[in-house]
Amino acid sequence: MSDLALAQTDAPVRRSVRSEGPVARAALIGLALLFLALVLGFPLVSVFVEALRKGWDAYHEALVEPDALAAVRLTLLVAAIAVPVNVVVGLAAAWAIAKFEFRGKALLTSLIDLPFSVSPVVSGLVYVLLFGAQGLLGPWLKAHGIEIIFALPGIVLATIFVTFPFVAREVLPVMQAQGAAEEEAALMLGASGWRTFWTITLPNVKWGVLYGVLLCNARAMGEFGAVSVVSGRIRGLTTTVPLHVEILYNEYNTVAAFAVASLLALLALITLVLKTLLEWRYADELSAGAKH
Amino acid sequence: MQTAAAPRWRQPSILPGFGLALGVTLTALSLVVLIPLAGLVLKAASIGPAEFLAIARAERTVAALRLSFGASFLAALVNAGFGMLIAWVLVRYRFPGRRMVDAAVDLPFAMPTAVAGIALAAIYAPNGWIGAPLDTLGLKVAYTPLGVVVALVFIGLPFVVRTVQPVLEEIEPEVEEAAALLGADRRRTIFTVILPSVFPALATGFVMAFARAVGEYGSVIFIAGNVPMVSEIAPLLIVIRLEQFDYAGAAVVGVLMLAASFVMILLLNLLHGGLRRRLGHV
Repeated sequence: MSDLALAQTDAPVRRSVRSEGPVARAALIGLALLFLALVLGFPLVSVFVEALRKGWDAYHEALVEPDALAAVRLTLLVAAIAVPVNVVVGLAAAWAIAKFEFRGKALLTSLIDLPFSVSPVVSGLVYVLLFGAQGLLGPWLKAHGIEIIFALPGIVLATIFVTFPFVAREVLPVMQAQGAAEEEAALMLGASGWRTFWTITLPNVKWGVLYGVLLCNARAMGEFGAVSVVSGRIRGLTTTVPLHVEILYNEYNTVAAFAVASLLALLALITLVLKTLLEWRYADELSAGAKH
Repeated sequence: MQTAAAPRWRQPSILPGFGLALGVTLTALSLVVLIPLAGLVLKAASIGPAEFLAIARAERTVAALRLSFGASFLAALVNAGFGMLIAWVLVRYRFPGRRMVDAAVDLPFAMPTAVAGIALAAIYAPNGWIGAPLDTLGLKVAYTPLGVVVALVFIGLPFVVRTVQPVLEEIEPEVEEAAALLGADRRRTIFTVILPSVFPALATGFVMAFARAVGEYGSVIFIAGNVPMVSEIAPLLIVIRLEQFDYAGAAVVGVLMLAASFVMILLLNLLHGGLRRRLGHV
């Protein structure tokens, strides 16, 4: 009780020396919100306004057009391959780095993070130089009838490249914070390695995995630079949703471009909402390795 | 599996699966990231120093790199200023909708770059929401180098906010109270107590925003106008060279940008080793 009373008498004093006057405070909040509205709010709102400029019918038409549907199918397919690959590799990387002490660990962690620092265009470029018609392996691939660049494999590879760190980076701190005591106990009690992983490790890091999957999926479905370099933009065949947006926009088909873009904006909003909910609900588990 | 003969480069552990996990990680990392990147370096090296320098010093390459780095620097400066302000407001003040605003800061991370690109181009076009009033003032943003900066401000903002925010949260109230009791006015407390302690985080956020901006492509190309020598960014030059099947030209610009990425990673590690890991994302 006395603590509470103390805190109450203390509060106004603290505020007076630790905060600005009401006018300055209102001005700073106003300026910050104005900047956010201009920089983030306007672009988001404009996507939907431009998409609906010619009404719902035009909006609907742009979405059910065969090339748009093909683009949606391709994007879903690419994400359906790239995300699970990243989950498996991310879990493997987190397991090796979090549960074991070995030389070169810091280097390995930096290398996993590397794709974040590389320009998306460079991420696509490396595959063209390797697998393109005049690339290192180009002639061999052509002789064997294997298509990578300007085809699905190239798009998938470029997507995995740019999303490579997402799952590993989210799961790693969570797994590190868990330590290895529970797994050691399970093994002592006779559980097999796999059983220990499925029943102890995975449930412990599931929110971290989900968080990583969410971010990985958003980037996989929205990636533009890397995919545009390797795709060749063969309409209806190798155009993902972001590439379809670009094609429509460059054809001055603005309403259709924004209509298709609004799908991606919705995906971004849903991702943001789910991500925020996860952060609020499972803050302790997610930031276990991040805080202090 | 017994842990009888654990190799010397790692400490023994009773947990299984190290070999498998490390094997999967290294295989995927090599196949997807390391070997392709090595291929780029190899390609650039195979061109020969004379031609490499000729391409790297070509007017168009220099102009594109100068624009990419210059616009990124300006955008990162804007982001440092406003990112600091936004982090301050979110941490220190309570106002309705604060948590929503906090969540919205991550929008550029979630929004596909192409979507941001066409939206920004529409807003800043001479008939757009912001472009029209600016146009009457005689200021053109879309299809000029200024448009590049605008797109890069959008893309880099969360980096500064998210690096500064946790550090601001951790400043002990006692420190500021002590400053006030010792007679410092509010301004002096902010400039001599608060700013120095967030400076490493602010610098880290600045470099991260800058690094991201240098390589950015999708959000820029729609608003930039893409005039060679004027508003053509370096990543776009790579794309153009590839479309011309000029692999050497693309590889030179690509390897220069890759080198810049490595410099930035090094800088970030020097600045604040631990800070980057604190970030929950990107």
